[in-house]
Amino acid sequence: MSALLRTEGLAKAYGGVQALNGASIEVSPGRITGLIGPNGSGKTTLFNVITGYARADAGQVFLDDRPITNFRPERVFALGIGRTFQLTRIFPSLTVLENMLIAAQHKERSRNPFAVAGGPASRRHAMELLEFTGIVSHASALAQTLSYGQRKLLELSYVLVADPDVVLLDEPAGGVNPSLINHLATRIRELNAAGKTFLIVEHNMDFVMRLCDPITVLDYGSVIASGPPDLVRNDPKVLDAYLGVGDDES
Amino acid sequence: MTTARVWQWSGSLLLLAAAAVFPLAFTNPAITNYGVYTLIFVAAASAWNIFSGYSGYISLGHAVFFGSGAYFTGIATRDWHYTGSQVFALLPLAGLVGAILAVPFGLLALQVRRHTFVVMTIAVFFIFQLMAYNLATTGGTSGLLAPTINYNAATYNNPFYYAAFAIAAGTITLSWLIRRSRFGLQLRAIRDDEDRARGLGVRAMQVKLSSFVISAVPVAMIGGVWWYYTTLVDPSSGFDPLFDVAVALMAFLGGLGTVAGPALGALIIEPAELYFQQQVSSGYIFLILYGALFLVVILIMPRGILPTAGELITKWLTRRKNGTGPTGQRPPVGASSSEVDPTTDDSQGQSPRASTASGLA
Repeated sequence: MSALLRTEGLAKAYGGVQALNGASIEVSPGRITGLIGPNGSGKTTLFNVITGYARADAGQVFLDDRPITNFRPERVFALGIGRTFQLTRIFPSLTVLENMLIAAQHKERSRNPFAVAGGPASRRHAMELLEFTGIVSHASALAQTLSYGQRKLLELSYVLVADPDVVLLDEPAGGVNPSLINHLATRIRELNAAGKTFLIVEHNMDFVMRLCDPITVLDYGSVIASGPPDLVRNDPKVLDAYLGVGDDES
Repeated sequence: MTTARVWQWSGSLLLLAAAAVFPLAFTNPAITNYGVYTLIFVAAASAWNIFSGYSGYISLGHAVFFGSGAYFTGIATRDWHYTGSQVFALLPLAGLVGAILAVPFGLLALQVRRHTFVVMTIAVFFIFQLMAYNLATTGGTSGLLAPTINYNAATYNNPFYYAAFAIAAGTITLSWLIRRSRFGLQLRAIRDDEDRARGLGVRAMQVKLSSFVISAVPVAMIGGVWWYYTTLVDPSSGFDPLFDVAVALMAFLGGLGTVAGPALGALIIEPAELYFQQQVSSGYIFLILYGALFLVVILIMPRGILPTAGELITKWLTRRKNGTGPTGQRPPVGASSSEVDPTTDDSQGQSPRASTASGLA
């Protein structure tokens, strides 16, 4: 099966720090791919380069075998890659529903610039997704009134409203309580069962191991392992990257 | 239609009717003079808000469009030998000039954000002021005089009043249409988080530039009215840094990013300024008041009158309805409440309904 999203030899340096150093990953369609690695291993930078928030110094990004390297974020999104951020980024002074309509607007092709934001179909779809993620009762509330966990759900909801081919989640379980983590995992699994492809960066190993297959491990900006959870969990290089003991004890 | 909407509509129509009959009810030219200048600033502040209020990019360079509109109307009147009411026919062209100037100005300044953007707009403003001083066609330091008009002295102000009224009403209508539109939603998303908006498909540059150009049109048109009414534009009055401070202060006072806020701010500040200028011999006293008012607004009411008042009213209504404080009632989380309930435990304890209403004020 050919990869839906693929990177080849991505490199990115910030000053003297080589955040990405020839990173090559593959995200197969219909799978939940996990991306793990110690802090500073380049996971978020990889997300930023894929989604156009950072320019690659070298290497390529392909979506469905089409090169999309260094495309602008709005173009990457229009082509079918949606993402969330490690620290949630919502529009605090807009209502929850308006947050959803922002993501829906690029699909509306009305030529009238003064058309009211969000047609009936967009609003209905947005409400359905809010219902699905469990925050529909807050639809008319300002997003700034949501709790951190609810903001995570809103971010997931508005990325989904545009129905992207691949969803990139940056630490969806970070900073949220265990009940919400379960809720998130259930929703992701349901979406995946319906055919949605995910690439998930996460530090919560339990969450990753339960949800993702395959798992790719980054260290110092390069991929050091990739495969099913059980294989990755016991890979000496991975243990070394996390604990600094792998080679000696294997 | 909700009760709040009915109130909004009837209030707006009442205000519109009151403004339309104002010069007929108050025929004293000293009073209608207040009306003309106030409407000039209602139009300018509302237009400024279409860009700065909605996008969050604070422009201190809109005097470029005001001055250019005034100068264009002056130069065209002089060179094309327009007289009397014919001059008003030049206003749409003045608006077009504003739009044309806004394209390169916007393309340049909108490359940067926040403080750098503000500095860019000020820099462009001074370039235009210098050009007005030095170009042959602008009349240099003496500026451009308007031709004498043979209107009846008793109703002399009325044509200017109605010209300013038409532009002000049109601008507020435009502002309302934009705020509820997809375009307006994109602008407000840019104000909150431009990069995030781009990641959701918003073509930020295109949206920002369109709003900058749209907001320049009424400002340039009203500049033309102002020139014809005051009968003189020179570089320091046409390209006046205080104009930018005034429109920003009016929008901040009434409610930045709201439809009616900038108009309300202009209705409060402009008559007060004219009154002070007439009552106090030194015109500079008002500058001190400007500064003081700015500080008061930023410190006490940073969101402006309308949002603050809306929030207070909603809190009061909520308290009356629930018999508890605004934080006393939290709506259920919804369909999956059993699973999501934990998401509320770190919330900020604020009533979503209260915030919604205040946000729409």
